[in-house]
Amino acid sequence: MTKNIMIVGVGGQGTLLASKILGKLFLTKDYDVKVSEVHGMSQRGGSVVTYVRYGDKVYSPIVDKGEADIIISFELLEAARWVEYLKKDGVLITNTQQINPMPVITGVSKYPENIKKKLMDMGVQVEGFDALTLAEEVGSPKCVNIVLLGHLSHHFDFTEEEWHEAIRSCVKERFVDMNIKAFELGRKAGYTVLNRIGDFISNVIS
Amino acid sequence: MSKCLMLGNEAAARGLYEAGCEFVSSYPGTPSTEITEFAAKYDDIYAEWAPNEKVAMESAFGASFAGKRSFCGMKHVGLNVAADPLFTLSYTGVNAGLIIGVADDPGMHSSQNEQDSRHYAIASKVPMLEPSDSAESKEYTKIAFELSEKFDTPVILKMCTRVAHCQGIVELEDRDIVEDVEYVKDPQKYIMTPANAIKKHPIVEERLEKLRKWAENSGINRIEEGTSNEYGFITSSTCYNYVKEVFGDKYPVLKIGLINPLPNNTILNFASKVNNLVVVEELDGIIEQHCNTLGLKPIGKDKFTNLGEFSQTIVANAFGIKKEVPFTFKEELPARPPALCAGCPHRGIFYVLHNRDITVHGDIGCYTLGAMPPLNALDSTVCMGASVSGLHGFNKVAPERANNTVAVIGDSTFMHSGVTGLINIAYNESNSTVIILDNSITGMTGHQQNPTTGINLKGDPAGKVCLEDLCKSIGIKRVRVIDPYDIKKSEQVIIDELDADEPSVIISRRPCALLKNVKHPGPIKCDTEKCVGCKACMRIGCPAISMVKDKAFIDETLCVGCGVCGQMCKMGALPLRKEADND
Ligand SMILES: Cc1ncc(C[n+]2csc(CCOP(=O)(O)OP(=O)(O)O)c2C)c(N)n1
Ligand code: SF4
Ligand code: SF4
Repeated sequence: MTKNIMIVGVGGQGTLLASKILGKLFLTKDYDVKVSEVHGMSQRGGSVVTYVRYGDKVYSPIVDKGEADIIISFELLEAARWVEYLKKDGVLITNTQQINPMPVITGVSKYPENIKKKLMDMGVQVEGFDALTLAEEVGSPKCVNIVLLGHLSHHFDFTEEEWHEAIRSCVKERFVDMNIKAFELGRKAGYTVLNRIGDFISNVIS
Repeated sequence: MSKCLMLGNEAAARGLYEAGCEFVSSYPGTPSTEITEFAAKYDDIYAEWAPNEKVAMESAFGASFAGKRSFCGMKHVGLNVAADPLFTLSYTGVNAGLIIGVADDPGMHSSQNEQDSRHYAIASKVPMLEPSDSAESKEYTKIAFELSEKFDTPVILKMCTRVAHCQGIVELEDRDIVEDVEYVKDPQKYIMTPANAIKKHPIVEERLEKLRKWAENSGINRIEEGTSNEYGFITSSTCYNYVKEVFGDKYPVLKIGLINPLPNNTILNFASKVNNLVVVEELDGIIEQHCNTLGLKPIGKDKFTNLGEFSQTIVANAFGIKKEVPFTFKEELPARPPALCAGCPHRGIFYVLHNRDITVHGDIGCYTLGAMPPLNALDSTVCMGASVSGLHGFNKVAPERANNTVAVIGDSTFMHSGVTGLINIAYNESNSTVIILDNSITGMTGHQQNPTTGINLKGDPAGKVCLEDLCKSIGIKRVRVIDPYDIKKSEQVIIDELDADEPSVIISRRPCALLKNVKHPGPIKCDTEKCVGCKACMRIGCPAISMVKDKAFIDETLCVGCGVCGQMCKMGALPLRKEADND
């Protein structure tokens, strides 16, 4: 059975690194893996998405509407934008950070209010937390991606060491310590969020 | 470490390495760029950025001519630029193997059109291989060299966004030891005068039939059996994946690996075994039309669009399989289009052009984003180089508008094909003003070096074209250099040059704000005591500025301290530029 993960966010937030680490991890577990990304225009602060699919045999490189088991959103508005892609019993992990897009900055559009609550009211299983503050705690807002992976780690039964190894193999040596710390903070935050919604193990995908 | 995850493009580069390729010359273009960037990481491969695709292809031919396996890479529209050598290289054939890598962009993730490159293979009578994933990207690259040498032809390796930019599993092998092919002078093969070419044309036609025979039996096109013969699918590239995703092993599939020439017998045989033949292909109905010429009437573009890219859902929907979309966010959401980065050197120029209501012939690069609100500064964007030549034609027939009209073109795009347009301006004397936006890099495609940067693809110091000298030697007497961070001075120079009665070039020089070696003064702060909330600073569209509680707010994670917004603020709430260390 193929599993679908989507990583969505704003160009420049480091979604590509997150998908690369996930890809590495699934590869070491002997799954077939495909990781799709779109380069180009999207890097200049546009809405970005990467797809990570794994299973015995993966054909399509992309995830379509209604197919995602997990969506990891790096930004709140992007969570709302991409929620159509979530499966009925899928999980939406989202950073609660808001980044205003140009139409909001110029006053043409308004940033929607209470996105997280609205998503929950729709019946979406939302795990939202402030990944930016945690990333800043380890020293760089750039670590948001790894903080989110730390949270995501609860949905898989990889060992902590396996996660660390995947991170180590994908980031430059001088950033390894900072990123491992970011991962640990995200993982810790995950315990808290998940305990609160009282739904800890049922979403484990392996 | 024999199994790893690789982008399709990285896998193609690996294929080049393993096949003993020694020469790569390309021009960047999404989604093709990484083939060359990854190839450059192998010490055994000489790799370079050429100024444009035509030069890249001709250089790769030269290397093949000299006896080395060679490659050139480009995006689909790049093949338009290189079409001239392509059609005649089909006649000359090659010495050592020659691959032309081209990447299509269905869905136009980052392109100005979604042309289908397969037409070029058919029109130029050159074989084209179409991998469907990373493993095949490597394998087909190696096959391409063999075909090239066996059949004496360049071979096109056709990628597309979903193959080029998808990581999949690849098994690594060693580099083959490939003997150089000896260079032997052979005028009848390589000098394409009419007398020689006329003898070559029938050989090209014969070659196509030989290749077709090869395609029937070589296994490059494979049939995967199904459990029901109700439908049978002919498909290739990424569409193969969508068909398999939806139907698994239910229906037989003829997966095409060599898109030109197509295997007639294999197709006819396959068709005879299924009740309904279906062709699934993105963009144009090329396989379908070929089936039609064979007297088959497959289901094809009557059920599938020729617009955009496909997905498993598109394939499923065509067969009445509906999928549930359980959640939809009911409100309309603000779009998040890409924007010029905070501190982008292009911003100040566009502010001036917009503010003075100047007609702007645009071109292709990051600066195309100057078309977006609130700058709204462009009037046209067609293809690389078209700004300069378009300006010339415009000014020739509308001279009364010439002193309110400019062209803007990036340094890389100017090297690519802007300089020929400028020669036309000088030669045919239009009163034109061209602004070269020299940010010392090829920004839009992910920061590649180019002939104006003084550094080559491998990162070593290299020759450097001096834009001022170049423009002057063409015959442009008025050449001015401005710093686009200085709005007032830039504006004055633009006014002066528009007023002048002869051609002029303004070089707007500031490196791209994202370059690692560029030191910035660092984020500024808004003095909220002084800010009156007039929103003057918002007119430049810097993503770091927003209004919070009716005061300008600067996002510290984005702002680099370029000081452009400070020049908008009449209240002194935003500081002017502090000089950075390397200013
Ligand atoms: C014929 C062709 N080749 C390649 C491309 C891909 N492409 C888009 S913009 C660009 C270069 C832009 O560089 P530059 O002119 O320096 O402007 P910048 O992005 O740095 O502002 C390239 C190569 C294209 N669109 N058309
Ligand atoms: S990458 Fe450089 S040139 Fe392109 S928008 Fe950003 S700052 Fe401007
Ligand atoms: S100084 Fe002003 S214009 Fe420049 S990056 Fe900072 S906020 Fe943007």
